[in-house]
Amino acid sequence: MGIWRDIKGTLLPFWITLGYLFTKPATIQYPEEKRTPPPRYRARIVLTRDPDGNERCVACHLCSAACPVDCISMQAAETEDGRRYAAWFRINFARCIFCGLCAEACPTLAIQMTPDYEICNRDPLSLVQEKEDLLIDGCGKDEEYNFYRHSGIGVVNPRGGNEDENAPVNPKALVP
Amino acid sequence: MSDLLLNLALILVKLGLIFAVILSMAAYLVLAERKILGRMQLRHGPNRLGPFGLIQPVADVIKLITKEDFVPDQSDKWLFLFAPGLTALTALLSFVVVPFSPPLAIFGRELPMVVCDLNIGLLYFLGISSLGVYGVVIGGWASNSKYSLLGAIRSLGQLLSYELSMGLALIPVVLTAKSFSLTDIVMSQADWPNLVRHPLAFLIFLVSIAAESKRTPFDMPEAENEIVGGFHTEYSGMRFGLFFVGEYINLVILGSMLTVLFLGGWHGPLLPPIVWFSLKVLFVAFCFIWARGTMPRLRYDQLMHLGWKVLIPLALLNLLVTAAVLLALKG
Ligand code: SF4
Ligand code: SF4
Repeated sequence: MGIWRDIKGTLLPFWITLGYLFTKPATIQYPEEKRTPPPRYRARIVLTRDPDGNERCVACHLCSAACPVDCISMQAAETEDGRRYAAWFRINFARCIFCGLCAEACPTLAIQMTPDYEICNRDPLSLVQEKEDLLIDGCGKDEEYNFYRHSGIGVVNPRGGNEDENAPVNPKALVP
Repeated sequence: MSDLLLNLALILVKLGLIFAVILSMAAYLVLAERKILGRMQLRHGPNRLGPFGLIQPVADVIKLITKEDFVPDQSDKWLFLFAPGLTALTALLSFVVVPFSPPLAIFGRELPMVVCDLNIGLLYFLGISSLGVYGVVIGGWASNSKYSLLGAIRSLGQLLSYELSMGLALIPVVLTAKSFSLTDIVMSQADWPNLVRHPLAFLIFLVSIAAESKRTPFDMPEAENEIVGGFHTEYSGMRFGLFFVGEYINLVILGSMLTVLFLGGWHGPLLPPIVWFSLKVLFVAFCFIWARGTMPRLRYDQLMHLGWKVLIPLALLNLLVTAAVLLALKG
């Protein structure tokens, strides 16, 4: 019967909303209650160190090239043993969209995303962070990886001396 | 002479009291509505200011007062400025005839607990409540914006379709009470509330006042998502606030009317009359908020259909049957 269906369709919703009235709200009341983001959450970016405590970043500019909003800038420099590093390294978090492309592009695992999402600020200029602010004392997500122990030009071991490397080949020796 | 002065003073005191109570009730109804709607949608609603957000109405008023009072360039200026006041005023005026407690005897005098016990209180209420739509229509017209005009037209059409059935639904009540005075109507419900005696009239009146209050499911004149707030699209600051407060005062008034006419007014066991009255009014207000949290908005033509083709014939039939039964009982 149409009319009974209509009456039911009118009254049943009242019952349901009354039930919701006594259900616990789904809201997370932010400053008091905080959600724990998953470990791979993409928020504040850090620069990590390798297991020996040296800076991982080799100032290759791959991250700044990958960044869609161009918020990473740096100046490359070189130490005496030929190891490259960033003389200064700057991320403008006011522009960063936390896409994570920089962390994917990085060959040395230096730049990494962390779940620390509470970086809102009333002063955008204070969101421009320098290398001192970005550099942390740990390895981040990978405790073992050290770029120079796998490749690179003879900084830790002599050229070709890493365990997964072959000794350099003398091209002239191949000439028939 | 001194009798007249005393009466005048009493009326003024009652007016002041009612004014204060109604306004604070309207303010807290806004808060209650936001909280209840929030809980129905699994949110908290306002809870930042004071315990449970109890200071929120004060903050709202401060916000509304300090906002710019914007008058559109092309509007009909004086009508535009005047319309919100009309809405709030007519809403407040209706409360004059609502009896909220039986007459008190103080100092050997009979003190009626109603500002003015008109012998045609019911007609007064009907008249004032149809005046209330003028605020909306004038506001919508004077804004000179298409959305406002649409809202105004809708509220006029709405008025025409529900006022008739509302009046017709009230006649059975008058027939049993044999009086247009609201106090007499409440007195006549001492043993049975009219809800039991006239259930059909109650339902028709309930739907009609839901339409009168311009709230979901009958909020076509505002309809935020079709006509951007309807008649109050162009209003800002405290003028918008007046429309808003008017709506909630109206809610209190209609709740009290429903209480007085159908729910037995102040009659109830154990508790003092005034408490019963307030409880019933608050319950009706809660039901309106509940309906807002539950029902979708009707379409404009659906309201017309409901008013003209369902409610009015039903109300007429109900009137006929009630009158016949009353006549038979008497004869
Ligand atoms: S997360 Fe995206 S936007 Fe932010 S610095 Fe990295 S590449 Fe740029
Ligand atoms: S952070 Fe990584 S990608 Fe960016 S410059 Fe340093 S090594 Fe290259």
